[in-house]
Parts: sequence; C-alpha cells; structure tokens
Amino acid sequence: MINKIAQSVADALADVKDGSTILIGGFGTAGIPTELIDGLIAQGAKDLTVVNNNAGNGETGLAALLKTGRVRKLICSFPRQADSQVFDGLYRSGKLELELVPQGNLAERMRAAGAGIGAFFCPTAYGTELARGKETREINGKHYVLEYPIHGDVALIKAERGDRWGNLTYRMSARNFGPVMATAAKYTVATVHEVVELGALDPEAIVTPGIHVSRVVLVERVTTQAGGIKIGAKMA
Amino acid sequence: MSSYQKRSKEELAKRVAQDIHDGDYVNLGIGMPTLVANHIPLGREVILQSENGILGMGPAPAAGQEDYDLINAGKQPVTLLPGGSYFHHADSFAMMRGGHLDICVLGAFQVSATGDLANWSTGEPGAIPAVGGAMDLAVGARQTWVMMDLLSKKGDSKVVAQCSYPLTGIACVKRIYSELATLECTPQGLKLIDRVDGLEHAELERLIGLPIAV
Repeated sequence: MINKIAQSVADALADVKDGSTILIGGFGTAGIPTELIDGLIAQGAKDLTVVNNNAGNGETGLAALLKTGRVRKLICSFPRQADSQVFDGLYRSGKLELELVPQGNLAERMRAAGAGIGAFFCPTAYGTELARGKETREINGKHYVLEYPIHGDVALIKAERGDRWGNLTYRMSARNFGPVMATAAKYTVATVHEVVELGALDPEAIVTPGIHVSRVVLVERVTTQAGGIKIGAKMA
Repeated sequence: MSSYQKRSKEELAKRVAQDIHDGDYVNLGIGMPTLVANHIPLGREVILQSENGILGMGPAPAAGQEDYDLINAGKQPVTLLPGGSYFHHADSFAMMRGGHLDICVLGAFQVSATGDLANWSTGEPGAIPAVGGAMDLAVGARQTWVMMDLLSKKGDSKVVAQCSYPLTGIACVKRIYSELATLECTPQGLKLIDRVDGLEHAELERLIGLPIAV
C-alpha cells in the first residue's frame, strides 16, 4: 500500500543530507512552508544550497535557517526586502553566496529539471549583466541566452489538501512555486491543512499529481503574515 | 519660458489607462503602475495578471478582509474577480515570456531613446541586488510601457541616449508615459505622442536633452 502521509515533520525530513540543494516554496508571505523550514533547522543538515524566490523576512522561517550558518549558497530572484537583515548581513560579510536569477528563469529552470530538459534558450536577461559569460544564440532574428536546469535534492512546499498518494491542491496565490518545485526535486515534502481520502480530491482539479510528492505532512492552519510585519485577518 | 502644469501621479495613471483597450491582458508593475488599475475607463474589461500566479486580479480587499494567501507581486493583499484563475510560477512566466500579455507597465530608473530599459539596479557598490520578474516582463509582453517622471529629483533627464545604470532589457520599451509627455521609443529615437498643455516642443527637447520627432 502506498502511504505518503508522514506522522511528523521530523519523520519527513529525517533523511535530508548535508550538501543538499533544497527548493523552498513561497512568494512573499504566501505559500511558505514554515513548519518544514523549522523542521530543517531542527534536523541540522548543513552546507546547503537553498532555492527560494526571496531571502527571508525578519528573524523567522528562511531567515532563521540562514542565521544557523548552514546555508552555503542561495539561488534567488529578489533577496532585498525591508526586513531581510539576516540575509543582508551574511551576504555583505561574504558568508553566503548569492546566485541572482530572474524570476521567470528561476521557475523555468526548475520546470526544465522536472521535465528532463537539458538546457533551454530564453530571451530574458539578454544583453544584461545577469547573462554575462553565458552562451547566447540568435534564433529567427531574436537573441537568446542558454539556461540550465536547477535540480533539487529536496523540495519543501506548502499545499492545501492532500491524500495518501501525494496528490495535492493549493490555495490561491500560495500555489506559486510549489507545483514546479515538486517536479524538480528527488524528494518532495508538502505540508497540507487537510488530509483527505483517496478519491476525495476532484481528479480534474488536482494540481500536483502524487508522483511528484514523497511525503505529506498535516499541519495546523496559522494566519500568515504580510511582509513579516502585519498580521492578517482570519482565513476564510 | 512656457507655462505648463505637470501631470499628477493620478493624472498620469489616467493617461496610461486611456490607452489600454477592452479585452487587454495587462501586467502592472510594482509601485506607480499599480495606480493605473484605478483609472481603467468604465465599460472596458481589462484582465490584470500578477506574476505570482493570478489572472483576473481585483482591487484591494476591504479592511479586515485581507487574506495573505492572495497577494500581488508587491506582496499586498488583493482580491480575485469572478472568472479569475490561479496558476503556478512556471505557467505564469510562460504566459509573460510566451508573448500572451498585451501590455506590461513598468517603472524605470532610465530609458534610452531606442527603448533600452534600466529598472532593476542602480549599480551602487555594496547594494543588495534584486531583479524579481523585471527582466522577464520587459522582454515578454507584446508591448512594454514605462511610467515614470522624465526628470530625476536632481533635474537630470531619465530618458537618455544610453543607459548608465545596469540594463534590464534591450530595445524593449515601446512607450514612455511621464508627467510632461508621452513618448514612443523607436529604433530611430524618440517620437512624440503627446505633451501637456502649454509645454512647447523645444522646451521638452531641452529638458530631455534629446531630439524628439513629431
């Protein structure tokens, strides 16, 4: 019998190895798998490469992970935030390597990883300093930059509902990087706020089919925070 | 010396909105461009895209109704219109980069006369770099419009022969909407679309420091 439901975050993350590349979902405050990031901190894996759109807010979540000093490199599109002081300090002191990637390339490079694409030509960043040193090609009169996939060892994502086969649905814009990261990693852990019986998720509406998911962990719904500052209203 | 009044931010947003057509799919960048949404003329149905996976984005929710699973690219709470949809990031950027959006409106530090865009970094040493979706948006939409003041706080023209700030994209800006004039960027240089009442053409060229074809 297939049962991907993990009893705890600690169980789901027990095998994360030092030196892993960890894809972490979330955009701004939506879709951040906070419980899994805390679990990763508790698990203790080090020498990590982390892929996330941002670089953490305040002192919690990804910022707290960075603060442990266990992250060697961050691949990210928008690290600078009003409250990204943890990242800022590490970056400025040379303790954290940054690979700055345009957001669409970040998503597409993970999509490519998940789809078995070896590399792709993309117009984004052509002629800019973010394409410096990269192979380019003119195709039908348009200029493109060669981009390589980003493979994850582990993806940590936040979903809404899941079943024991690992099928997932998401909630609103908290979906963001979750589905694409799930395809790009060898081992994907998703938190959900509801575990349902097989067949309860509408097959027409399943966003991530279970083949891309290794473990599903049930977590309590907490009110998310905006910009790490404002506390939001109750969830609908 | 000609006597003229600058467009206010709201007037500028209204000017941009006038050129958005019924049925257009539009991405509004963070900052000033988001004001455009408030000025879409009545009777025009315009569908707003947000890079984080929303099509059919609606206005900000009423106080107390914020849902932080539903935010825009600027991380502010928004709403979804009936008919709206959610999708993941790779699909969202495929939508942009695949040329499916009619218009994107962005802010800028500098735009060259031929439409080079600099809007992601001032290149200051020691500054934390951050690019987000700017480079994807700049080259992806069918038309990229810039909304900005023509003159910096110091009075320097932000429309230039060649950008001195790091580039976001090459020859990607089609139009510049500003407090003084609306300009088209072409391979031959700037072309006038309109200017505020009372501003003489020669005065506009003097302020920008570049020739503007009529």
